Amino acid sequence: MSAIELRGLTKVYPGGVKALDSLDLTIPDGEFFALLGPSGCGKTTLLRTIAGLETATGGAVVIGGRDVTGVQPGGRDIAMVFQDYALFPHMDVTDNIAYPLRIKKVARSTREQKAAEVGARLGLDKLMDRRPGQLSGGQQQRVALARVMATQAQAFLFDEPLSNLDARLRLEARTFLKKLQHELGVTTVFVTHDQAEALAMADRMAVMESGHIRQIGTPAEVFQRPANTFVAGFIGSTPMNLLDGVVRGDTVEVADCKLAVPQSAEGLLRDGEKIVYGVRPEYNGYSAEPVDGSLVGKVSIVENLGASYLVTLDVNGVPVQAVVPEGHEPALGDEGYALPRRDRALIYRDGELVSA
Amino acid sequence: MTRFVLHRIGFYVLVAVLLAFFAVPLLWLASAPFTSDPTYQVRMPDFTADNFRALFDNPYALGSLWNSVLLAAGTAVLVVAFATLAAYALSRVRLPGRDALLYTLLLLSSIITGTAAMVPLFQLAVELQLIDSQLGLILILTGGLLPAAIFMMKDFMDSTPKSYEESARVFGATPLQIVRHVVVPLVRPGLATIGVWAVANVWGNFLMPYLLLSDVEKQPGAVIMYTLYTEGGQANLQLLATFGLLYSVPVVLMYLFVSKKYGFRFHGGIKR
Ligand SMILES: Nc1ncnc2c1ncn2[C@@H]1O[C@H](COP(=O)(O)OP(=O)(O)OP(=O)(O)O)[C@@H](O)[C@H]1O
Ligand SMILES: [Mg+2]
Repeated sequence: MSAIELRGLTKVYPGGVKALDSLDLTIPDGEFFALLGPSGCGKTTLLRTIAGLETATGGAVVIGGRDVTGVQPGGRDIAMVFQDYALFPHMDVTDNIAYPLRIKKVARSTREQKAAEVGARLGLDKLMDRRPGQLSGGQQQRVALARVMATQAQAFLFDEPLSNLDARLRLEARTFLKKLQHELGVTTVFVTHDQAEALAMADRMAVMESGHIRQIGTPAEVFQRPANTFVAGFIGSTPMNLLDGVVRGDTVEVADCKLAVPQSAEGLLRDGEKIVYGVRPEYNGYSAEPVDGSLVGKVSIVENLGASYLVTLDVNGVPVQAVVPEGHEPALGDEGYALPRRDRALIYRDGELVSA
Repeated sequence: MTRFVLHRIGFYVLVAVLLAFFAVPLLWLASAPFTSDPTYQVRMPDFTADNFRALFDNPYALGSLWNSVLLAAGTAVLVVAFATLAAYALSRVRLPGRDALLYTLLLLSSIITGTAAMVPLFQLAVELQLIDSQLGLILILTGGLLPAAIFMMKDFMDSTPKSYEESARVFGATPLQIVRHVVVPLVRPGLATIGVWAVANVWGNFLMPYLLLSDVEKQPGAVIMYTLYTEGGQANLQLLATFGLLYSVPVVLMYLFVSKKYGFRFHGGIKR
């Protein structure tokens, strides 16, 4: 009942910046949806336009089957958590959580009871009399969540809800938020520029670049089959190897090495055409012994990733990365062989994924 | 070393002289009302209550202080209310030529309550039948103070983050609710500052009430003080000193109250 639908949504700021360019997107009821993209790509603008804090220049916003394009934020039945949480500094936690109910003219005793209920659920019961200034960042974040929960809105919008927390707390809050969303089952859109966060939390996600959506899919789809080289380079804690190559019969020639055509592109390539061969370092099997159809080079860099190592091979002047489990890391200058997994490697033609 | 000592001595003498310059009039104000036959000199008072009795016998003295309170409070309330709403709108809404508008208002306001516009203001008040009316005077004083007040309030408004209001807006608060629930509490020190500033302005204003109120019963303290003469045409120091003391007490009380309640303090760079 509370799906969010965007049709041809366009936002041009005064001054001519086109922050959203004819965007189409459907987020089904109850989904946890992440908007991911580099700084300045229009994530916040999109969220604020859904909320009604920015008026759309063109297109329509439909929430729960109702066209709300011209409706004020208060009439859209949504709730939003701001990046700085925007807790009212002059109200204590109870009053903050109960504020949306105060606007709805709920009686004082009822809303205080409701605030106590929601607060207790988020572990805030001992802090209800404090002001936001007397809370830690993580506690403030939970108050902001509690306030949003108290609204019982149709949809939640979060603008980088975790970016103000330190790394450790962020992991905790991530798990907490995901669990909470699944319990509540409220359609939620959250903005982040951290790809790991989007992958970890979202049911589905969209990757944006300068006002356009470049790919929509589940985290697994986006991670395993990035639709274009932009997404391929943006997703993943270690960036994907994107190697220029030429098709030679049923092989691909990359940096003077002959590789097998990946499964996803079988039968779709023309002999002699220029393509980009993509393989994640995680799917690039490293070996110290010679292997047929692999990339051959000298080890130029070895980086510690904790439980594994990121090894960079210099393949005839082209850097190629592979992830090697701990205990098997080579020494600098060793000869190494990287064999891309045929079921995971991808081919890009003119920046777009080649697939059936 | 001796040079340093001489420097110090010189410095403190200078400070003492400067202080005396400001302290002596205050001492006079504190002592003269309690002295039987005050002169222009500061003397040890003999703690008589005669001066106060004489002042209370004056038919207009106490009433005029009450009038001052009415005028000042009425104006301050109106100035704070209107300045808050106007400054909020000006701070949040993009208007073409907004800054020009503000500066023009500011420029004109110094003329409106100033001497220059005395005659047209008087005529306007007569035409609108606002002459000899305290309400009329309050409206005119408010008009004169508003531009500067809006200017100051806008500064306070500009420095409060927008996301508080946006957050309230998403919860469905109306603009007036946002002002009441969020903006006003956030700019409270600004409200206090402007309220005090308006009161102080009206309290000391002589020209406007003198011009626009003819009924002595309606005159505020600043005008009544001007009438405290002896039959001989000399300044009646007995009454003047006593009235002066009573006249300054409410303002001092207000400062103390406001600074205690709203904590507008002197935010010096000094660590205590
Ligand atoms: N009020 C505004 N007026 C004009 N241009 C704006 C305004 N707000 C944002 N922009 C521009 O619109 C584009 C998108 O901005 P937006 O804030 O949506 O980016 P973002 O994806 O949220 O970035 P970040 O990750 O840094 O928060 C940027 O080019 C920005 O400069
Ligand atoms: Mg942003």
